[in-house]
Order: sequence, then structure tokens, then C-alpha cells
Amino acid sequence: MFLSHITSLQASVFSSLAILSLLLTFVMLGSHWLRNYVYAFAVQSWLIAILSACVAYFGGFPELYMIAVMTALFRGLVLPYLLIRIVDRLNVKREIHTVLQSSSSMVLGALAVMFAYVIANHINQEMLPAAHIVVLALTVMLSMKLLGFLMLSVRDEAISQILGLLVLENGIFLGSQILVPGMPLLIEIVILFDLLIVVACFGMLVRYLVVHAGTTSSRQLNRLVG
Amino acid sequence: MTIPALLLLIMLAAPTVTVILSLALRYPRLAEYSNLAAAIINFILSFPLLVLALRGPMVFAHGYVLLDLLGAWVILCVTIVYLLSSIYAIGYMRLLDEEERLPLFYALFSGFALTMLLACVMNSAGVYWIAIELTTLVSTFLVRFERAAEGTEAAWKYIMVVSAGLALALLGTSFFYWGGSSVLGQTYAMTWANLLHCAPSVYPPLELVAFLLVLVGYGTKAGLAPMHTWLPDAHSESPAPVSAMLSGALLNTAILGIARYLGVVNKTAIGYMAHLAVVCFGIFSFVIAALFIVRQRGVKRLMAYSSVEHIGVQALGLGFGGVYGVAGALYHMLNHSLNKSLMFFGAGNAMRAYGTKEIPEIRGVLKTFPVTGTLWLLGAVGIAGAPPFALFLSEFTILRAGIAGPYRWAALLFIIFLIVIFIGFLSHFRDMCFAGDVTPAVHISGMFWRSLPMWLTFAPLLILGLWWPHELWSIFTEISATMFGGSR
Repeated sequence: MFLSHITSLQASVFSSLAILSLLLTFVMLGSHWLRNYVYAFAVQSWLIAILSACVAYFGGFPELYMIAVMTALFRGLVLPYLLIRIVDRLNVKREIHTVLQSSSSMVLGALAVMFAYVIANHINQEMLPAAHIVVLALTVMLSMKLLGFLMLSVRDEAISQILGLLVLENGIFLGSQILVPGMPLLIEIVILFDLLIVVACFGMLVRYLVVHAGTTSSRQLNRLVG
Repeated sequence: MTIPALLLLIMLAAPTVTVILSLALRYPRLAEYSNLAAAIINFILSFPLLVLALRGPMVFAHGYVLLDLLGAWVILCVTIVYLLSSIYAIGYMRLLDEEERLPLFYALFSGFALTMLLACVMNSAGVYWIAIELTTLVSTFLVRFERAAEGTEAAWKYIMVVSAGLALALLGTSFFYWGGSSVLGQTYAMTWANLLHCAPSVYPPLELVAFLLVLVGYGTKAGLAPMHTWLPDAHSESPAPVSAMLSGALLNTAILGIARYLGVVNKTAIGYMAHLAVVCFGIFSFVIAALFIVRQRGVKRLMAYSSVEHIGVQALGLGFGGVYGVAGALYHMLNHSLNKSLMFFGAGNAMRAYGTKEIPEIRGVLKTFPVTGTLWLLGAVGIAGAPPFALFLSEFTILRAGIAGPYRWAALLFIIFLIVIFIGFLSHFRDMCFAGDVTPAVHISGMFWRSLPMWLTFAPLLILGLWWPHELWSIFTEISATMFGGSR
């Protein structure tokens, strides 16, 4: 495992990239403006692309360069473009009815990160120095997961829910680049494409929601209960 | 090319041809019949595949495709439901009076079947995840096919909840891969066999977290409570043939994933915890479904909660383990696929004739549909778990496994809520069939296409309830021995 003989420079590059991505998730959690979510997501994807490239360089996984390019292209450019188009079409600029104030959701998010750290510490079995970077990667991975779910549950707008889902997936991608850089290439490529299709489907559905249900706020999707 | 590979190729090619033909030529009748032809071909092919799989697992296409007994069994269940709902769809979809959209419907319908079949034969845990994700994407558009506001809402909730759940499954999958990398090195094929090979040497807390993530993820897709929230909406708002496919076929493909992962961790240090977790989800689904069945007002939502119940039963069977548990769960899979298709077909007929989904507005079913109404009622008796229908046998077997094993408390709860469901489910049917007044109904055409599949499900349900073929039993014991290490 290449993490077991990692140098301190490499470790600090990985950790700063991971922590920056986590911070960007908090930016999304704290902001009400839909465009800001999309920009934060785009920057986060670029960071993950840089991370992939670093892992490829330091760990000697040349195929990860391709993943890095595709991540930057698809998640960093195409997906944000599609999302911005949806935002423009919807004519909704910001989340108006939030379940929680952004300050309280930030506090909840911080608690989620602590919880993620506890779990990460528990399931790590590596020794130092790899333990640092493994626990960090696991913490970021799990807390982006939890923050994504938090966004899904406290936000109403369709577009914020899509972004919540994308944050979930970004977390997995970020963590697995560090933990399992050798994951079969084909699977990663297909998952990238899959994401593109998912967002295309969401785009179509959002349009149907406007036409047929008359709203894109999940708060008003309450016809089906019981 | 070997015979099994050829058969598999034809099986996957048949629905693909339907997709292409329907989209390219856009001719409604052609779409209908080519879909039916694909369904018939797949149904016929699933038997030789099952027999061939008895010889042992086979891999094709550079190790990406796996044909094993468990996969072949789920393929059989999927193709049965695909065939039945393709027949029913011909009668049902013509009632919508949207001829020009029929090719699109059949393209999506056969595409949905194709993705489910793909999920059954994927050898890699990662590609299996992708196939399951694809089933969601295709079926979302089937759920909202009738273009009502409710349908769109249901589709939105469906894709949202299931994608979020599947994201957890993806995390669990990569944890499994990470755990294995300490044994097999950093790059290896993510096959089920490799995961099984590594499982005993993975750090147990990591493996437990990975298994729970996968269980919750695929449990969302399978409709285990409390992740079932999308299920009643999607199953009740989609057209009746699609409901049958979602309920009778799709849930099985997700249970397949849970069964495979359970097989992976079965012999490890966390085996007991994994089984306990599956039992707890099963019992919880069972209880939740029972409570919602008793007070249900929508006729298709009633069937949907009954699906939650029966997925809970299958999870219980797998969780109890042993030959009886596994055999019961797999037999239950087939029986539930048949019986739930029958129930959704009956519900579709009633919905169309009375123009409502509300149970209190459906009265006098036996007067309106003397024959198919009787079949529907008998099907309800069967799905509530009464003899002489097949579900009684499988539930009884699972119960035996529960009483023999360490989960007696679960078996006890199982019995209690089985009685609750029996009373709750059948009291709705008593009202619909025997309550004094009769709701006026419109005459609906295409009765042949809509009653034929009901007979085709009813007959095997009765036969399988009276006679459990020895060949099936030997298939189940073989699966139980190879995947869960039980005695033959």
C-alpha cells in the first residue's frame, strides 16, 4: 500500500486538498444562494481532480491521470454548466424557506464531522505515519456523506437536493482516490458517466415538476402520504 | 462461444432489440409485440440457464459476467414477471389512449427489464452497483409515465431517495475493496469471489461498517423499512404493469445484492452481527408494513406495503440462515413475484373500471368482474399467507428456520404480525368484494390480455402451494451450501 511509505510533503498535500474540499462543503451548507452552491461544487470537483493527479504522480498510478482529466472535465465543467442551466430556467435564485438557519445547520455539520472522526478512528487499523492520512481521508469521506444528507434533509429546492446528492458522491470519490487508488479504472469511468446521466435525468424531472406539480420545492410535494 | 454464453447473449439481446425497434420505427403495435416476443424468449431461456448454472458458477467476458445459481434463480423470477406484465401491458396501456407514446413506453419497459437482467449477471460488485443505479434511472421515467402531478412527485421522491441510498452502497463497496487490498494488493478485480476470498482477513470493524452501509444502500432499493419511503409512492403511481415489475422483479435484484454480501461476510468474525442486522431490518419492515396495511386507503398503496412486508420476509429468511432460511427466502422470492403480479393486475383492472384508487370507493368487485375478481380475491388470500397457496409454504419454512435458530424472538414477532396482516389485508378485500353496495363501473376493453396473465399466475401459485418440486429444493440447498456454507 503506497500510503504506508508516504512522505510528509505528500501527506500534507493530500490533507490540505481534503480539508479544503470539506470546507467547501461547509460553504454550500452555509449559503442560501443557489449559484454559490454550484460554484462551490465546481471548485470542489477541481480539487478532487488535482488530488487524483497528485495520487497518480506520487503513487505511480498513471491511469489516474485520465481520471483526473475526466473529473475536471465532467464534474468541474459539464455538471456545473448543466446545473447553472437548470438554475437559470427555474428562476429561483435562493433558498427561501429553510428548515434550519444556516448557523444552526453549520453547528449540526460540525457535530457530523466529529461523529465521522469517531467512526474513522474506529475502523482504521493502519499504523503511523499512514494512520494520519487514512483517518483524515475517512473523516472527510464520511463527513461529506453526512453533510450531504444534512443538505438533503434541510433544503427544499430541487436543485439543492441534486447538489446534496452530488456532494455525497464527491465524498466517496475523494476518499477512494486516497484509500483505494488501484480501484479498477473501468468502474471509475462508468461511475463518472453514470453521474452525468443522473444529472440529465434530474434536469428532465425538474422540468416535469414545474409543468405537472407546479413547484420545485419538496415542501409542496405532499400529495402522497400514508 | 459456449452454450451458456450464447444463451445469455440472446437473453440480453432480445430486450435490446425491442428498445431499438421501438425507438427507431415508432410503430405502436410493433413495439407491443416485439416486447412480448422478447419477454417470451427470455422466459424460455431462463430455464436452460438455471439448469446450466447447476454445474457450477461460470464467468464470461473477461470475468465481468458471472452466471451462478443464485443469479440464475433471480433471472427466472425477473423473466417470469417480465413476461406476465408484458402480456398485461398490451391490454392495459391501450386503455390510456396515447398510441403515439406507446413505443416510448415499451422502449423504457424492455430497457428496464434489460438493466435488471444485467444486474443479475454482474460479477463485479462495482458494476452490479452501476446496473442497479441504471434500473433506477430507467424506471423513474416509467413511474411518471401517466404524467399526473402525483406521478411526477412519486418519480422525484423515488430517484432522490434511492440515489441517496445507493450512494451509501457505493461507499460500502469501496470500503469492501479497501479491506481486500490488504490481502490482494492495491489493484485487483472487484469480483464476488475475490471479496469472499479476502473477507476473513479484513479488519472486523471496517468490515462491519462496510456491510451495514451496503445493507442500508441496497436495502433502500429493496424497500426495507425505514428506507422504504419511496416505495408506496412509486408503486402506487406507476401504470399497473410497471408496478408489477417494480414489485415482483426489481426488489428481487436488490435482495440479490444483499444476499451476495451476506454470503461474503457469512464466515467472518462479523457474520453473526450481519445476520442480526438483516433480521432486524426484516422484522422492522414487517411491523411497519403491518401497521400501514391495516389503515390503508389506496388500493395500490395497499399492495405496495404488502411488498414491503414480503421483502421483510425474504430478509428474515436470509437473516435466519441455514438451509431452511435460505430455501424459504428464495422460494418466497418466486412466490411473491407471482402473487404480487396477480395483485397488481387485479388492482389495475379495478382502478380502470371504477376510475379511482381509493379502497372505500371500490365496491362490488365480484359483481363487476365475476372471474378476474375471484382470482384477485383468491390471490389476496394467498398473499396474506393462507394455504393452499405457495406463500404459505415459503413463510412456514422461514418460520421453521427462525424457531430452530437463535432468533426465536423474531420468529414470535413474525407470527404475531403475520396474523395482523392477514386480518388487515383481507378486511379490505371483504369490503371491496362483499360490502352491500356496488360502485357503478365503466366497461373496459382488452379483457383477454388482462385476464390471461392472471390465470397464468394463479395456476402456478396453486400448484407450487400444493407441491414443492424436489428439483427446486435441490437448487436451494445447493445455493445455501455454496454461498452460505450450510449442509446440503
